[in-house]
Amino acid sequence: MNNTRRTVIKTTSALGTLVALGLITQQQAMAAESRPGFEAKSIADALKAVGGTAATSDQVSVISPDIAENGAVVPVGASSNIPNTTEIYLLVEKNPTPLAAGFIIPAGTEATVQTRLKMGQSTNVVAVVKADGKLFSATKETKVTLGGCGG
Amino acid sequence: MADPMRIRASNKDGVTEVRVLMAHAMESGLRKSAAGEVIPGKYITDLEATTGGKTVLKAMFSGAVSQNPFLSFKFKGGNKGDKVSVKWVDNTGDTRTDEAAIS
Repeated sequence: MNNTRRTVIKTTSALGTLVALGLITQQQAMAAESRPGFEAKSIADALKAVGGTAATSDQVSVISPDIAENGAVVPVGASSNIPNTTEIYLLVEKNPTPLAAGFIIPAGTEATVQTRLKMGQSTNVVAVVKADGKLFSATKETKVTLGGCGG
Repeated sequence: MADPMRIRASNKDGVTEVRVLMAHAMESGLRKSAAGEVIPGKYITDLEATTGGKTVLKAMFSGAVSQNPFLSFKFKGGNKGDKVSVKWVDNTGDTRTDEAAIS
């Protein structure tokens, strides 16, 4: 009887280990799946994952308010006049993970996107676009008013 | 199942503007509850918009996108009455697809 109990415990723990192993590999696979840079802790690391360093370009514009009263909902957008723009990334410099969103622009879609991001404090918002395999960026500072009375 | 998205698509001078408002908590996974425990992250990771079997935009989001995310973009073409379909997937595997006709 005691023997049977031992066997049961052994079997369950072995199964548990297998499941745990399976889960770990699954998570690793998910993290690796075409999402480079989202875990990066700095803009430089994020850009490295995306594909190199970005040159500043006046053909790229960041649409972000000068002053945001509520850091939880800041309207941010980006547009690019560079032909063959294929990807747009929005980065918030002082967020724990700066890369906030990435967009893949197929042919026929205009290189203009608009969304809303969270930012914890006043920070630079950086738009990075990829065109013909090269990166171009533009930066704009947004001040986040804490306390929220907007005065 | 998550609440439906609100999608507006309008064609003007051959360019279709699509605006999408998703209903999603977008919990970043970095916040702590009053008890000091980390609230597990739940946010949209991938989004794809298609029309007529063709992808018009793909987006990757992180937890830094606001609650109930808003997204707007434009693409060339698209006829009135055509359907624009938007699908999102979040980091817990939840997914939702909605569509709207271009007006």
